Amino acid sequence: MKVIRLIVTAVVLVLAWGLIAWGLDLPRFILPSPLAVLKTTLTKYDIILGHALTTALEIFLGLVLGVSLGCLSALIISANRGIKRWIMPVLIASQAIPVFAIAPLLVLWFDYGITSKVVMATLIIYFPVTVSFLDGLNRTDPAWLDMATLMQQGGSPSRLLKAYRLYRYIKIPFALPSLASGLRVATAVAPIGAVVGEWVGSSSGLGYLMLHANGRMQTDLMFAALLVLAFMAISLFYLVDYVLRLALRWQPDQHSVYD
Amino acid sequence: MVAYEQSSPVLQRDVKNNSSETGAARVSTPSPLGVDIHLATLGYQDTIILEDLRLTLHPGRITCLLGPSGVGKTSILKSLAGFLPLSKGSRIECSDGKPLAGRISYMDQNDLTLPWASVLDNLVIAARLSGKKPDFDRARHLLETVGLAGKEALLPSQLSGGMKQRVALARTLMDDNPLVLVDEPFSALDAITRHRLQDLTVSLLSTKTVLMITHDPLEALRMGHHIHVLSGDPVRLSDDLNLTTPVPRDPTGPDITACYNDILALLNTARTEELS
Repeated sequence: MKVIRLIVTAVVLVLAWGLIAWGLDLPRFILPSPLAVLKTTLTKYDIILGHALTTALEIFLGLVLGVSLGCLSALIISANRGIKRWIMPVLIASQAIPVFAIAPLLVLWFDYGITSKVVMATLIIYFPVTVSFLDGLNRTDPAWLDMATLMQQGGSPSRLLKAYRLYRYIKIPFALPSLASGLRVATAVAPIGAVVGEWVGSSSGLGYLMLHANGRMQTDLMFAALLVLAFMAISLFYLVDYVLRLALRWQPDQHSVYD
Repeated sequence: MVAYEQSSPVLQRDVKNNSSETGAARVSTPSPLGVDIHLATLGYQDTIILEDLRLTLHPGRITCLLGPSGVGKTSILKSLAGFLPLSKGSRIECSDGKPLAGRISYMDQNDLTLPWASVLDNLVIAARLSGKKPDFDRARHLLETVGLAGKEALLPSQLSGGMKQRVALARTLMDDNPLVLVDEPFSALDAITRHRLQDLTVSLLSTKTVLMITHDPLEALRMGHHIHVLSGDPVRLSDDLNLTTPVPRDPTGPDITACYNDILALLNTARTEELS
């Protein structure tokens, strides 16, 4: 059913696009027809594929780094209430600076290669992951915290071990649904980081290809790159959503975001 | 029948406790624990709810605290469990002279099953939290005892409310602590399920010292060896109602009906409901 809805939506959008291009009789360099874009995608697939792989790698590495750093930060902040008061304002302030504004700096520091784009994606992913996981960790059912305290009274006296077990068996599992929402947002914004990085300065990637094609009035190639990017982003989101729902099957009210 | 005087609450140790009232075989190894409680004050946030509360928990007996909602029943349990700090001048003494910490199990109003863990994993959570080796054989045996054999692998979301409370009961028994604090765990269940679980709880906790709070007079009369009523303004704890019949009691018996009326009269002196 979901697949059918998806196909119907895609067909309607493409039809609308075709009708506008054909009905308004726009020149190819303003709005190419869907057929022209499809033709370009197929004939230039080797070029597009190479650039798509670069962008995919940037998104993947950015996700791995951003999610790891975000989870780690959330755990550290949640375990040390003192640190939280120092770190949270910095975190929030860092979000007030748009990543677009520091993109040129990152390219300057990390060069034209893949590193600056990975850093950009990491930066953009880090915040939603940290905040959502931290929120989840701070919202453990107080009744369970009491219960855990009682259950730990007989055990080992080491505070560190107690804290570790509390996190492992109670706090982190309770925070997973909240972390999952953060991961969905992260997955949705990850391609933005990578592509913005490529726009600012690069020699490969779909963002680079778009700029390149734009400069040569190859609007059909631009659209082809855009379509591939959209396809990648949507597939990634579906994949992550699927995995998250599988992992959180125990949640009684767990629904897909599409239902 | 009901003596309601605040003069001198019982504080002496109960020695005539093993008069095999319940008839149930009590062959558990360590002898049950008696607890003397004196709470100087009991407050919630900045309001003092109770003053000078004295209560004796008789070893191997179920003591019920009966009172309307909002009277501070849960706060009493939470101070005993150590969730709330004890006020100055309060003390809790065990019959064996050792501290109470680490020897308490708690049964909450909600079953508090962990939604991501299987029934079996829910039972060994205390062992995991305290770094002990989980005893799965004992867990399986207890699940059988509470009537959940074969449900080990299910998740709490696949169980009914009554079954979840059975899991909670089995989890409480897993720890094998001498004192069990019970916070009206059956209030959300339907009448028949509640009835069955009350019987099961009485028989399974027969070797433990139990403090149970409830707002349901019939539940207290059914399960409590000793029953105290919290009522009045300011709130006072009544003396023991001195019921001598074994538990679980038949709530339709004539003595129980008489007692029920006395309890209702006591509860009516509480102004708590009107305040809230």
